[in-house]
Amino acid sequence: MINPSTIATLLVDGISYGMILFLISAGLTVTLGVMRVANLAHCAFAMVGGYLALALAQSWGWSLLAALPVATILTVALGAVLERTVYRWVYATSQLGQILMTIGLVFVMIASVNLAFGSSLHTLPMPAWLAGTWQTQAFTLSVYRAFLVVVSTGLAGALWAVLEFTEFGAKLRAAVDNPRMARCVGIDVPRIFAITFAGGCGLAAIGGVLGNQMLPLEPWYALKYLVPVLIVVAVGGLGSLRGSFLSALLLGLIDTFGRYYIPAGGAFIIYVAAAAALLWRPEGLFARA
Amino acid sequence: MSAEPPILEVPILEVRGVCKSFGALQVARDVSLALPAGARHALIGPNGAGKTTLVHLITGLLPPSSGAIRIGGRDVTRLAAERRVALGLARTFQISSLFPGLTVAENIGLAVAARTGVEIRPWGSLRRRAQVIDEAASMLEQLGLLALAGRAIASLAYGQRRLVEIALALALKPKILLLDEPAAGVASNDRGMLLDLLLSLPADLAILIIEHDMSLVFRLARRMTVLVDGGILTEGSVADVRADPRVRDVYLGSRHHA
Amino acid sequence: MMGTEPPARDLVARAFTRHHLSWVDALPWLAIAAVWLVAGDYVPLGTQVIIMIIFALSLDLAVGYGGIDTLGHAALFGSGAYAAGLYALNVSSEPVTGLLAAGIAGAAVALVTGPLVLRTRGITQVMLTLAVSTVLLEIANAWKPVTGGADGLTGFRIAPVLGAFRFDLAGNTAYWYGAAVLAVTFFLCKGLVNSPFGLTIRGIRENPVRMRLLGVPVRHRLLMLYTISGFFAGWAGGLSAQVTKLVGLDTLEFVLSGNALVMLILGGTGSLYGAIVGATVFVVLSDRAAAINPFHWLFALGIVLILAVRYAPAGLVGLLRFRKVPR
Repeated sequence: MINPSTIATLLVDGISYGMILFLISAGLTVTLGVMRVANLAHCAFAMVGGYLALALAQSWGWSLLAALPVATILTVALGAVLERTVYRWVYATSQLGQILMTIGLVFVMIASVNLAFGSSLHTLPMPAWLAGTWQTQAFTLSVYRAFLVVVSTGLAGALWAVLEFTEFGAKLRAAVDNPRMARCVGIDVPRIFAITFAGGCGLAAIGGVLGNQMLPLEPWYALKYLVPVLIVVAVGGLGSLRGSFLSALLLGLIDTFGRYYIPAGGAFIIYVAAAAALLWRPEGLFARA
Repeated sequence: MSAEPPILEVPILEVRGVCKSFGALQVARDVSLALPAGARHALIGPNGAGKTTLVHLITGLLPPSSGAIRIGGRDVTRLAAERRVALGLARTFQISSLFPGLTVAENIGLAVAARTGVEIRPWGSLRRRAQVIDEAASMLEQLGLLALAGRAIASLAYGQRRLVEIALALALKPKILLLDEPAAGVASNDRGMLLDLLLSLPADLAILIIEHDMSLVFRLARRMTVLVDGGILTEGSVADVRADPRVRDVYLGSRHHA
Repeated sequence: MMGTEPPARDLVARAFTRHHLSWVDALPWLAIAAVWLVAGDYVPLGTQVIIMIIFALSLDLAVGYGGIDTLGHAALFGSGAYAAGLYALNVSSEPVTGLLAAGIAGAAVALVTGPLVLRTRGITQVMLTLAVSTVLLEIANAWKPVTGGADGLTGFRIAPVLGAFRFDLAGNTAYWYGAAVLAVTFFLCKGLVNSPFGLTIRGIRENPVRMRLLGVPVRHRLLMLYTISGFFAGWAGGLSAQVTKLVGLDTLEFVLSGNALVMLILGGTGSLYGAIVGATVFVVLSDRAAAINPFHWLFALGIVLILAVRYAPAGLVGLLRFRKVPR
């Protein structure tokens, strides 16, 4: 049970799952932090990204790596358009209204995706060099999962760099800390938000495309994975990218190890863990004071 | 004003060495206060001195970083705000904090129902509870608001809302009343009525009033505490504090820097 | 006691708003009777409508009055449904006590999960309600020996109501049984909303900080409301179980919670009547539309949701201007 090879595999599985969750959740935590918009449609953008890549792969035979950037850009465009249109309405309504409107948006997206692709599960064809495993004496490593961890870490690092070192990043941090104050010092918060929203959709799309082996594509994807994404965001603390990163990793590891070691109740463990975390700190484990 | 008799019994409200910081910002610095029953105590100081913060600390909306608060001798520092109300504490807010969607009568009725424990009943109707209706009616009458009983709060003039704000606190029949700038925003010709109301409050009720309107303060208060930058500058009878040159400096602008 | 004149007391008493019974209240009952008399084929659909009205009423208590944003109310409905089924299977096939058991089950789940849900706000609260619902769904799915898993709970009989009215195949008994339960539910909800507790809840909705400073333990009162809401949700689930003699995993699914919320937005929250109107419109429409193509229905529903929130946030009831007015 406690043999190092299994542990290593579980670690990689857990971390890669967590990283995918982080990519999908990153956009949501920032938009929640800046604009306090209850956007339950966020996971749908991950779904759309995945399906766009699927369309490119199926119709034109593109490989995963070629389809990824295009699908991401298209999703960013969709996010930008929706932000300027439907989301204007969303901002203007009450919390309950936001929940209902974004749920309505999810329904529309689910139905559209079903119209285009049907309701069965889909996974993207994986390029040959990603399939398979690395065998060493100590353990077996899935190439795909390792690739995921590397790419996601790189992206997370790039995100962090943008936040820390660019002017945009500084403005974004200010907007998250204190939107009103940021506006007073001349930061165009709505524009920052629009860019962040679109960017968040793009990140989600990347997560949806890269993670599709773990989270296969289906019309109900947008709702199915909404709860884990919301858990990541809530436990991490709304508005905290660092928090989401850590809570996503935690969730990925707890879920993977839990399901392996306790097959009967393993799926619940993340819920129990999330409940415990939120009971202890309702604003999130890693939220800023 | 004559000299104060020595305090013989336990003060009804006691604040001991209360400090509060938000990170590096210290908003309350070793504040101490003791109010006997029947006190008429004013809390004055420039804007941002921490007066409202102190009221938040006393009522329990903010936990202190250190120090103790006692009501009737009982330590309430860790006690939830709603439990302190049961011990006889009531306050008004600087910016009227009413129930905007409810009528004036419902606002007061709610306070009475909360005090008498009726508010938890999931059956029956408040309309038929004579005690609640009678008390609300009498309070409204006393404040001259009876004609407005059925109006929504939003349709009231600001001065009227301030009166309802006080009525809400009085309906709790408190032993300690914390008034946070009751005259703020009230037109000067209405202030007379406000002062009459405050002067007519029960003699055994301990009142702590934050106010900038000095004429009101001098008519009502017997003792004053001056708060500057979260700390107490001085405390004493109204006459003593008025004469204190440091207090004049604080208000007239030549501030001493710590 | 205070020496106030009777006119002053009356003036003040009248200033307390309440839901007055009027001719409008007779409408649902007329409709129920009319359907039975005139459109017999629609009686089973009518029973579904009644069950959903009760569920929507319970949700309105939580969302419309309490301001508790929940996307997991199905957890309470499903708990009641399974409780009623298990009660009929293992304890007694008597329906009325089974219904009470269902209500108690719903209330119990609300009472247990309430402290966590109410401690949070906003999207975290929504997420927790979703999580609770998901957990219960997983438990029901996994606990096959007790719940029947994905196949559902079947094989239980329901004894005649009050010993006299057998559940017939045409569904007539079920229909009137449901109508009776609805009557009791509506009566109780109305009483609750008009009661001092109802005013307290409205106060909490308007200004929770002030309520605390009036000495009211806000979270405790909200928990009370949530538990009562859970009772009625459970009892709706129990009714569903008793009428269809089947309890499936769909009683715990997000779809059910989402649908109920849509019913409220269509009808209007915070007025009880909105729940009646919204549930009726929704169940009838979805029955027709989902039969054609569930995904097209989903699409239409999504559009309707977006437009409804934008243009008619107070729902049909708001549009028709049925508002509680102090007289």
